[in-house]
Amino acid sequence: MLAELPRKFGWPHEDNPQERLLLDPLPQEEMNRIMLRPMFRAGPGWWLVVALLASVVLVCFVGAWAYMIRWGMGIAGIRRPVFWGIFIATMVFWIGISHSGTFVSAILRVFNAEYRRPITRAAELMTSFSLICAGMFPFIHLGRVWTAYYIIPMPNQRQIWTNFQSPLAWDLFAITTYLIGSTLYVYLPMIPDLAMARDHTSGWRHTLYKWLSLGWRGLEYEWHYLHKAIMIFAFAIIPVMFSVHTIVSWDFAMSMHVGWHSSIFGPYFVVGAIFSGVSAVITVLLVVRRTMRLEYFLRPEHFDALAKLVLIFSFSWTYFFFNDYLVEWYGGDWVGHQLLLFQARGPIAPLWYAMLLFNIVIPWLTLWNKRIRRSPIALFLITIGINVGMYLERVIIIPGFLQRNSLPFNWGDYNPQWPEVSIALGTMALFILLYTVASKVIPLIPVWEVLEGQLSHTRRRIGRTVVTSVAELE
Amino acid sequence: MAESTHGNRWTMAIDLDKCTGCQACVVACHAENNVPTVGPEQINMGRAQHWLRIERYWQGEYPDLQARYMPVLCQQCQHAPCEPVCPVFASVHSDAENINVQVYNRCIGTRYCGNNCPYLARVYNWFEPYFPEPLNEQLNPDVTVRYRGIMEKCTFCIQRIHAGADRAAAEGRPMQDGDVVPACAQVCPTEAIVFGNLADEHSRIHEFAQSKRAFSLLEDLGTEPAVIYLKGGTSHVS
Repeated sequence: MLAELPRKFGWPHEDNPQERLLLDPLPQEEMNRIMLRPMFRAGPGWWLVVALLASVVLVCFVGAWAYMIRWGMGIAGIRRPVFWGIFIATMVFWIGISHSGTFVSAILRVFNAEYRRPITRAAELMTSFSLICAGMFPFIHLGRVWTAYYIIPMPNQRQIWTNFQSPLAWDLFAITTYLIGSTLYVYLPMIPDLAMARDHTSGWRHTLYKWLSLGWRGLEYEWHYLHKAIMIFAFAIIPVMFSVHTIVSWDFAMSMHVGWHSSIFGPYFVVGAIFSGVSAVITVLLVVRRTMRLEYFLRPEHFDALAKLVLIFSFSWTYFFFNDYLVEWYGGDWVGHQLLLFQARGPIAPLWYAMLLFNIVIPWLTLWNKRIRRSPIALFLITIGINVGMYLERVIIIPGFLQRNSLPFNWGDYNPQWPEVSIALGTMALFILLYTVASKVIPLIPVWEVLEGQLSHTRRRIGRTVVTSVAELE
Repeated sequence: MAESTHGNRWTMAIDLDKCTGCQACVVACHAENNVPTVGPEQINMGRAQHWLRIERYWQGEYPDLQARYMPVLCQQCQHAPCEPVCPVFASVHSDAENINVQVYNRCIGTRYCGNNCPYLARVYNWFEPYFPEPLNEQLNPDVTVRYRGIMEKCTFCIQRIHAGADRAAAEGRPMQDGDVVPACAQVCPTEAIVFGNLADEHSRIHEFAQSKRAFSLLEDLGTEPAVIYLKGGTSHVS
């Protein structure tokens, strides 16, 4: 009976080494070619997509925003008491997506999770691009955007300073720090790959990569400093990541509004952000793999590992959600109860149940299964669903909770109008556009990191079994 | 929040037992403070600009149904939730009057103060203000007309506080009770609204504040409002 166990569960040594990227090496030149070929070939399909996205950005985002600046915030559906609507919800959504990159690339790097190697850059790029989208919403939602510079602490004749007590001022610094930090952090490990691209190109691309690779020659001391710098940034960016979403949650938690004033909001938002971020990484990687034919680098084992993370974060998110809900319910506060009833039976009930379906029911029922975790179509649908669910969560918490308050005479329903929806969709198009353009300029797979991983992984025979052994490269 | 160094404690008392819900105060406030009227469509969207609103609540079950009226305006909190959240110091405490003021020129329109006001006393200029004929002829020259994109709220008729102080100074006497009457108090037919300086121990407002019927709205939040409500147990307006 014991003899049957290995067949049933599959011992590690029975893994097919051909399935694992780090045990299935190709010559370096061959890997470079796989990465560079789709970058240099922009077919009509790509141009069509770019043109389409660019026009969506121009009309839905730039156009609608300009229209709103001209006529006033009134063209959006926000109203008293719902002063914040889709704009702020979308900002929180994009900040959430930005946690993908840092979590995958920094935390997994620090913990030496080897499966991170081919996916770090694609994830980290998402951080920068989604932060660009997120960073625009504080401006979009300003009533007088032309006076936005008032919030910057700069000496002026009237000696009025920024109010550093305001969570919105904290937001400004948190998002700026995170954007600069994560952009540097995506750039640093990119240098060897940019140098590799430089050595394989001519013309404007050669000039571009020559400048971007900062004269990288691959000498030993260069590698030494690069590894050092990457590790410093990996450690430094982790607290920044936690602080950013905590501070975003403080926009709500610091207020006196029932439902918002909760000390659990910091970790609740961080976990939700990583949950939606890692899901978005899976979605984007599936598209990248399919369209750029990177099946060699991005394998089922990577999606399997990421999907496990998603399941774990689904558990964690549910835990925080339940905590928040139970405390509100048990506390017995009348307004709090009205909020809970409002979610369960009010006009936002469909959103609330959809959120529970996408964030809890579907991941819990599916992601425990290895075959589903390795199925691209299933994963694509599940992760898109999770991000829909997480978007709904933000909509429920922000414009949803604002619809009920302590003075029932002032309760009011919120109906989003087309400019808000259009601008939110416009930033979605902007994100995809940035990513699509970047995919032709930036090597999305860190080839040198994959090579490094392959060099450190060997198969060794010990007695009667063959085991994988990993060497330290430090 | 801060104890005024000028010693003024402008305070309003609203006697709910006297309020008939006639909304004269709302109209007077619009006229005095250049508050635009926004029209039925915007009102339906919940964008009435009233700095002062009459909240109507029903009490009891039909047929023994009673209407309860509660005028709600900016409570001029001494510990105001709207002040710390403004990133640009547009919502600040004024030392001289010891009330909460909104600096229109400084406001960038984040609307955070509106979200954080438990009394929902703040209103927003969703569109450019519009004063149809002949309302444009009666704009109050003492009050700024606010542009779109900024928050505004009740000021306790700060222009009248200043006018009262100026008049007293011109006559060479200290300010007396009754020198300052806000527009809402002036028009109230039942004299349900009383305004005065709580620091003046001989004022009517001081007497009202001692009343056993006095309470503050959402007192447990600790915002220390400068608006006192008076309510007995048995008044009946139906």
